[in-house]
Amino acid sequence: MLNYTPREYTERKAIVINPAKTCQPIGAMYAALGIHKCLPHSHGSQGCCSYHRMHLSRHFRDPIVASTSSFTEGAAVFGGGSNLKTAVKNIFAIYDPDIIAVHTTCLSETIGDDLPTYIREAKVPEGKIVIHANTPSYQGSHITGFSNMVMGMVKYLSQNSGAPNGKINIIPGFVNPGDMREIKRILKALGVDFIMFPDTSGVVDAPMTGSYEMYPSGGTRIEDLIDAGNSMATLALGSFASTAGAEELRKKVKVRPTVLHTPIGVGATDQLLMAVSRVTGQEIPPEIEEERGQVIDIMVDLHDQYQGKEVAIFGDPDIVIAMTAFTLEMGMIPRYVLTGTPGEAFEREVNAMLTTAGVEAKVKASGDLFTLQQWLKEKPVDLLIGNTYGKLIARAEDIPLVRVGFPILDRGVHSYFPVVGYKGAMRLIEMISNTLLERQDRDALDEDYELIM
Amino acid sequence: MAMNQPDNFDIQERQKSIRTKGRQSQPINCQADSIAGCVSQRACVYCGARVVLNPVTDAVHLVHGPIGCASYTWDIRGSLSSGSDLFRYSFSTDLREEDIIFGGERKLTRCIDELAERYHPQVMLVYSTCIVGVIGDDLEAICRKASLQHGIKVIPVQSSGFSGNKSDGYRVACEVLLRMIATPEDVPRQAHHLNYLGDFNLAGEAWIIRGYLQEMGIHVNVAFTGDSSYETLRTAPTASLNIIQCAGSMGYMAKRMQEIYGIPFLNISFLGLEDTVESLRRISAFFGDPLIASRTEALIQREMAIYGPTIQNYRRRLQGKKAAIFVGGGFKAISLIKQFRELGMEVVMVGTQTGQPEEYDTIHQLVSDGTVVLDDANPSELERFMLEQGADLLVGGVKERPLAFKLGRAFIDHNHERKHPLSGFTGAANFAREVEETVCSPVWKYLDK
Repeated sequence: MLNYTPREYTERKAIVINPAKTCQPIGAMYAALGIHKCLPHSHGSQGCCSYHRMHLSRHFRDPIVASTSSFTEGAAVFGGGSNLKTAVKNIFAIYDPDIIAVHTTCLSETIGDDLPTYIREAKVPEGKIVIHANTPSYQGSHITGFSNMVMGMVKYLSQNSGAPNGKINIIPGFVNPGDMREIKRILKALGVDFIMFPDTSGVVDAPMTGSYEMYPSGGTRIEDLIDAGNSMATLALGSFASTAGAEELRKKVKVRPTVLHTPIGVGATDQLLMAVSRVTGQEIPPEIEEERGQVIDIMVDLHDQYQGKEVAIFGDPDIVIAMTAFTLEMGMIPRYVLTGTPGEAFEREVNAMLTTAGVEAKVKASGDLFTLQQWLKEKPVDLLIGNTYGKLIARAEDIPLVRVGFPILDRGVHSYFPVVGYKGAMRLIEMISNTLLERQDRDALDEDYELIM
Repeated sequence: MAMNQPDNFDIQERQKSIRTKGRQSQPINCQADSIAGCVSQRACVYCGARVVLNPVTDAVHLVHGPIGCASYTWDIRGSLSSGSDLFRYSFSTDLREEDIIFGGERKLTRCIDELAERYHPQVMLVYSTCIVGVIGDDLEAICRKASLQHGIKVIPVQSSGFSGNKSDGYRVACEVLLRMIATPEDVPRQAHHLNYLGDFNLAGEAWIIRGYLQEMGIHVNVAFTGDSSYETLRTAPTASLNIIQCAGSMGYMAKRMQEIYGIPFLNISFLGLEDTVESLRRISAFFGDPLIASRTEALIQREMAIYGPTIQNYRRRLQGKKAAIFVGGGFKAISLIKQFRELGMEVVMVGTQTGQPEEYDTIHQLVSDGTVVLDDANPSELERFMLEQGADLLVGGVKERPLAFKLGRAFIDHNHERKHPLSGFTGAANFAREVEETVCSPVWKYLDK
């Protein structure tokens, strides 16, 4: 059986087993895909770019296109400057994007490539743009890479022209296009003018037309990224993925930031709506109030199906923090909460929530799934919430898994539907309670097998 | 897509890597480094070494580098194991900034120690990634010391990503395998024993071939590397023959084993009925044993009686459809061209990531006039030629799948994500069924091509 995790817990000094994170560049690539007509460019060896495209392709089941500096021995010794300059020339000549978003890799960072200088020296055609973000793979995680690329967009592009645009900026964080669509729907319902960046909806969930568009219709427009400097406020959803971009806007063009949780669950969605309402003066429309009422109605109807159930939550920090809050709202008991991404803030924030709720739990940043599995062997829970990698544990420990987060490599359609907003809350409640009920049905004796539940 | 027109469609250098049969006669430019700025479908040295060695089932595969290289290769191959599953765990030194500054050697040693104490593997493979090549950790010395200390084989895999392409990684993997099987003294050769090189037991393919050979009276010592273990790999030098399916990854291994152990090799292919039959006969002929020969003919007769008509049935539905191929190595492309012919389908585009010049020659001879042949293609080239050539189907890997689908073309994964075994007689039938299912799917009715 696929189970090499011993029950007894021993402290590990160095080895990471079954990681709960990946490296910065893939996050930067994903963020860059959220700019319209942008080609993400990986400044490093070919393998990096290939792996990131493969991983994103598997999660989104859509073509993921990015170019690479194709480092060789020579570049590793003499620096990647000429590779980048050749790449810029070739990319504009062949693929004709409006903008190239370059991210670095562990290799180009370690040899000390000076990206700003290379970009200055590169021949960029009139009207075209090259931006970059430093994304050393040996710091942070893919979430840090996403955050750094968002910050790079602001650094290079956002300007204050002195003419307020009456809009708010929204940085959605490392979430699916389905989530971005839902946030936009809510803001439109509020009648708010906004700029969302990055926005991968319409890019990695593009519809089938029978023709292939290298640059599908979605993505934040460059003029909007520039105009973000004229907005009245920035709402950063998820502190790990979105704070850096919002802070950069404050520093550079004095746009006021508000950092909120990823709006998963009732409380976090309320917070988002109130923040939007506070900044814009817009009232919450009846249709959104109705949705909230529906979620509460559903929670009343179904609370006995999941209340008191113990749950382990793992994955990316912003999603895990928000999911922990939501499971507490649902009356569930988060026993284990783990992210692979480093950050004391994660442990602080989750522990504070759990203390308030009076729940005793194990909480860990910079963790791996081996640790999570050891915890589960010591004392199991009723439900796992996390990405596809949880299925190895789910099978070994015989615990059902609800798939939320990144990456999901073994199921389709997930990226089209939200987990954010009231609609997302409904969907999560459905997923969680159905999974628990399926399990109950599977295990029930004939005499306990019920038609009506 | 918004693409420049054919005149200035491509940078000149790329044009040397694209040939249309009947229109250009110069040989194709291959084995060159990809051009900076290309959206290449290729990968790196580490990737090549990792995929070849991954199916060594009872090894600890420790990836020395930042986390990504371990994360992206965690349990991706679909190689089935009849024994240990340890290879499906992901082990990484997860190098952090301080390791980059002060060197990763101490951390690596600790990781090896922790893994040796926890799992007591007979062999541990330590992969170097890009950064290790730059910060200068002495993998060889650390592994040597660890081997002595723990009494196990700790072998470095020198696979810094930038030091070549995926093919170079295959070679690195072969060197590692040669180290694993090395014997201090001469070993007795066993008649009727062979090694099966270049099958990774995806969906259990190596088991199918092992079954055929068993029936013929031939024993497979070990497959490289599908469902292999340290113990079974160590029996490799006693074989009297090496047969090679994936020549791209294992051709070098066969040559080296011939030099070191005097084991001759045969390039064979178990893709498609025609190649399977021919390969079994060639293996039988090599041994020159009448009993083996008669068993081989009996096996072929029986299997063809079952699967010949099956393929004919599919052929009726697929006749005249057009296929495009984009795979890793040239050898697989050659087999696929023949296999599509069995199904009555014409191959209108053939590309590989890392095909060799002689493979491209063979491809050129096999295909009809007008077929486009291209090396290291990028997605826009794949798009252009699939549309221009009117392909109904693309055979490729994970990155090509969504591209084909977006173009409204059917798709077959002939790589890590294959869902059924595609080798041997039964594999040929699976392949035909998969092709038929995707090409004739009702889903295509919903879009206007």
